[in-house]
Amino acid sequence: MILIINICNEKLHYFEFVKPIEDILIKNKIKFETKHYKKITKNDLEKASKIIICGTSLKDNEFLKHIDNFNWIKNFNKPILGICGGMHILGLIYDGKIQKNKQIGLIDNEYHLHHYLVNSNEFTYSKNKNQMKHKSKPFQGILFHPEVRNKEIIEEFMRD
Amino acid sequence: MKLATLFSGGKDSTYATSLAKEQGYTISCLISIESKNQDSYMFHTPKIELTKEQAKLMNIPIISQITNGEKEIELEDLEKAIKKAIKEYKIEGIITGAVESIYQASRIQKICDKLNIECFNPLWQKNQIELLNELIKNKFEVIITKVAAEGFNDSHIGKKLDKNLIKELITLKEKYKINPAGEGGEFETLVTNCPLFKKELSLK
Repeated sequence: MILIINICNEKLHYFEFVKPIEDILIKNKIKFETKHYKKITKNDLEKASKIIICGTSLKDNEFLKHIDNFNWIKNFNKPILGICGGMHILGLIYDGKIQKNKQIGLIDNEYHLHHYLVNSNEFTYSKNKNQMKHKSKPFQGILFHPEVRNKEIIEEFMRD
Repeated sequence: MKLATLFSGGKDSTYATSLAKEQGYTISCLISIESKNQDSYMFHTPKIELTKEQAKLMNIPIISQITNGEKEIELEDLEKAIKKAIKEYKIEGIITGAVESIYQASRIQKICDKLNIECFNPLWQKNQIELLNELIKNKFEVIITKVAAEGFNDSHIGKKLDKNLIKELITLKEKYKINPAGEGGEFETLVTNCPLFKKELSLK
């Protein structure tokens, strides 16, 4: 079972930032459950074989005020893919610092929609800082939205 | 939260409005952009004049903005209209019917970012056949008003979206690689009735 974590504070953003990821999993016949980050239980984390933390809109940053809701990540050892806001969360949990990096639109065939990137010493980064991997745990973050033009990244994460 | 829909009168912006209402958002006004340029990348709406009638049927005020439709300058006209909606209706965000077009979506995102308001795209990346089926299921009466792609002809104009038309669009997709919901500008649509309307739109 894949756990998809919705970080949107605005309900209407579910359709833009969560549903496209659910649709990729449905197309690939992969079982999943979607939960809002404020409603995740110990049982949800035990059941999950992998986790995807979705992104949200440029203005919908309420989750940053509730970063403690993600402290479970430090004790989690199964794969996590953090997308945009989800990447920020992964970095912040490992003492990362947010840095201004506004990108909106298609850049090198990747769809970007963010004001920030995150720097954490616990991760190694791609040259352009668009992707990061944890040094010892199976956690990865992607700054752009793979559900738009890079669906294969999500499919590969499911397969690996 | 008070929102405005970037409204063309077609299936996508009307359905996006309906989804927002269902989720409890207030649609304080509609914004329609009338482009004098038939080939505009941003605004191509052959029956834009009917948006005022649709707005009346929904009992939602509408801001109509005319643009010459010159590339990028038309975005300044869109920004003007959004600023007017912020001032007159105190809106805090925009709803669009964007499904696939990064060109349109990212430009609207940039304007909303500049004006510090939310941008909602509830149909973003939606499977186009699923979208067409949902419109029928949710009692949206939609007709084709313009065609502009191989496989389409004048006989399609005025055709109502139903199961048979969806079958035909799937066939055209397989044969000509078109977007079955017209996302590439293959065809334009008009909503003549839907649960948001008090009664059917008169085309006389």
